[in-house]
Amino acid sequence: LDYQHVQVPFEITLWIMLASLAKIGFHLYNRLPSVVPESCLLIFVGLIMGGIIYGLNDRSPPVMDSDIFFLYLLPPIVLDAGYFMPSRPFFENIGTILLYAVVGTVWNVFGIGFSLYGICQVRAFHLQDVSLLHNLLFGSLIAAVDPVAVLAVFEEIHVNEKLHILVFGESLLNDAVTVVLYKLFRSFCEMPTIKSVDVFAGVGKFFVVGLGGVLVGLSFGFTAAFTTRFTKDIRVIEPLFVFLYSYLSYLTAEMFHLSGIVAIIACAMGMKRYVEANISLKSHTTVKYFMKMWSSVSDTLIFIFLGVSTIGENHEWNWPYICFTLIFCLVWRALGVLVLTFFVNRFHVNTITSKDQFIIAYGGLRGAICFSLVFLLPDFHRKKLFIAATTVVILFTVFVQGMTIRPLVDLLAVKRKRESAPTVGEQIHIRFLDHLLAGIEDISGHWGQYYWKDKLEYFNSKYLQKILLREYDQPKSSIVLLYEKLERKHAIELAQAGQLGHGPAHPSLLNNDRTVITDQKLEDTQNPDVLDNMQEILARNLYRIRRTGPAYNRHTLPGESEPAEHAKELLILRHKGL
Amino acid sequence: SVSHSQITRLYSRFTSLDKGENGTLSREDFQRIPELAINPLGDRIINAFFPEGEDQVNFRGFMRTLAHFRPIEDNEKSKDQNGPEPLNSRSNKLHFAFRLYDLDKDEKISRDELLQVLRMMVGVNISDEQLGSIADRTIQEADQDGDSAISFAEFVKVLEKVDVEQKMSIRFLH
Repeated sequence: LDYQHVQVPFEITLWIMLASLAKIGFHLYNRLPSVVPESCLLIFVGLIMGGIIYGLNDRSPPVMDSDIFFLYLLPPIVLDAGYFMPSRPFFENIGTILLYAVVGTVWNVFGIGFSLYGICQVRAFHLQDVSLLHNLLFGSLIAAVDPVAVLAVFEEIHVNEKLHILVFGESLLNDAVTVVLYKLFRSFCEMPTIKSVDVFAGVGKFFVVGLGGVLVGLSFGFTAAFTTRFTKDIRVIEPLFVFLYSYLSYLTAEMFHLSGIVAIIACAMGMKRYVEANISLKSHTTVKYFMKMWSSVSDTLIFIFLGVSTIGENHEWNWPYICFTLIFCLVWRALGVLVLTFFVNRFHVNTITSKDQFIIAYGGLRGAICFSLVFLLPDFHRKKLFIAATTVVILFTVFVQGMTIRPLVDLLAVKRKRESAPTVGEQIHIRFLDHLLAGIEDISGHWGQYYWKDKLEYFNSKYLQKILLREYDQPKSSIVLLYEKLERKHAIELAQAGQLGHGPAHPSLLNNDRTVITDQKLEDTQNPDVLDNMQEILARNLYRIRRTGPAYNRHTLPGESEPAEHAKELLILRHKGL
Repeated sequence: SVSHSQITRLYSRFTSLDKGENGTLSREDFQRIPELAINPLGDRIINAFFPEGEDQVNFRGFMRTLAHFRPIEDNEKSKDQNGPEPLNSRSNKLHFAFRLYDLDKDEKISRDELLQVLRMMVGVNISDEQLGSIADRTIQEADQDGDSAISFAEFVKVLEKVDVEQKMSIRFLH
């Protein structure tokens, strides 16, 4: 038995296998994921595993190595998020997102740090040796909202697109702030004296970290696009370039102490458009599927390891400190959201409602990033206290907030509902008005950054496209491109169904989809059963206005969700009419 | 009245849509907006911009149509009742929507016109019979004078519980 020889890859594969089997297990019970978010279940599995290992070996189970987390587990998730990020809502709300990410995080860090320092002054808690700097350091790592946890929970609750993108964007971009503050305070801990010059250097460093990350990401992104211009004859390795360049951008940024997360997001968003135009259809599908697969595996592993690492002797349980940490995290986040939203609403007519604010505040989940950062702390005698506090905060936010956010959202939504159900006519007319308004908004160019979007488009068509795209002919409008894509796809589907050549393609496609319900007698429209059925039919079949569909989903590819199906049907109908 | 900055913004939008740069928009200019292609009412909305029988709309017409969707300011509600009703009043907003249903402009939404709109708004899974009975039900609920069609007054009555002022207003400034 040569176990030593294969030990490392064997164990890694076993962990991944465990994660995937756990996932299958959850989805076997259909109702379970709707009550308990997947992240909670995975942590629970991790806890069990940790308990088993502890029981067997009688020592602490392997703690998740911070390097493994930051170098191997985090990049796929962020890449997936960045690649499939719906760019229109993201850039529409970029001001608000940046405000929450930067100002909000700084507010939280200093708020939590100073209040915890205040708590430490109380003699009864035996905490006086925790200095202000230590508290600020702790604050910097616990304040950051975690994209992994947020993503995992938010896709269970269906909030409107704007809200989703706000919380999601904030959780991704606050990495830059977290990195700077964490490293800043850590270096301050080692310096004997701190001058104000150092503080200013810290502020300047923030800009360097953020903008540097974006630059690194964009340069790798454009290089990737340029490379794919020449891959016409070796289609099989095209997907590889996407992943290699993105990962390189992450590693390069980390090497220069810039923000890797921002870099990889910028890389993905920058290269997406050109790469998709250059690579073949099959490579495109491969890229999408692999990204989803890797991010899914990473996500699962992170939560399991979180559970495993919780068990053990790494903790010092000073309950006052821990409780107050939790309280301050919640309080400062709520305050921060309130104050920032007040400012945001002054400048935008489209206000963020109080229900939205509650969700933003409540959705500030902490996750694995804080956990890894706390293990990276230099060893000092209070480190275990911080580890314990971090663990409790993460478990609380993921379990309690994660599980209760959905019922709370539903509760808040129910309060706004009308007293009586709308009549059939009202339903139709309201939907009619919604579509009308969506169309008018599109015509009037509703979003404020249109000026910059135009400029970017101009720059793009004049210079970038010529360099980065393989065949630069007459630029086709996006409708024509979309239509061509759909035509191809439907032609393939029809050919496979053996229907090509039996007459005009599109009418037969439509007729086959139409299900005529023959066992219903619809003569009497006064019948209440028929009426309910009608309302149900309408509720199910009326096309939704495009903004209410969730734009980013962890588990499905874009283009497979319901709003996209409706869009396809509409385009086919228009083609018939043209 | 629309503010100066709003006019400037709309004008820059108008010129960016006007690819031919001749100071007017044609139907093709509107159809170039990708989101309109997947809007079920896209064609009808575009038609609403063009005056009867014309193929070009100038900036004045563009603004005039969009003016229906200006939010109703609080201070306007109590303005003098003797002046002409502003374009963005509740009644005029509803009339704009009514005209999108009523293609033959007889100030009534007939069953056929309703069916056409319904067909555009639902998916392919609903049969013609079901759609017909939905249309019948809609007319039945609204019809008060027994002519099996929805007049403008009846349309207004159906939507009396709906916050039309908010639903049919766009925020010009982001």
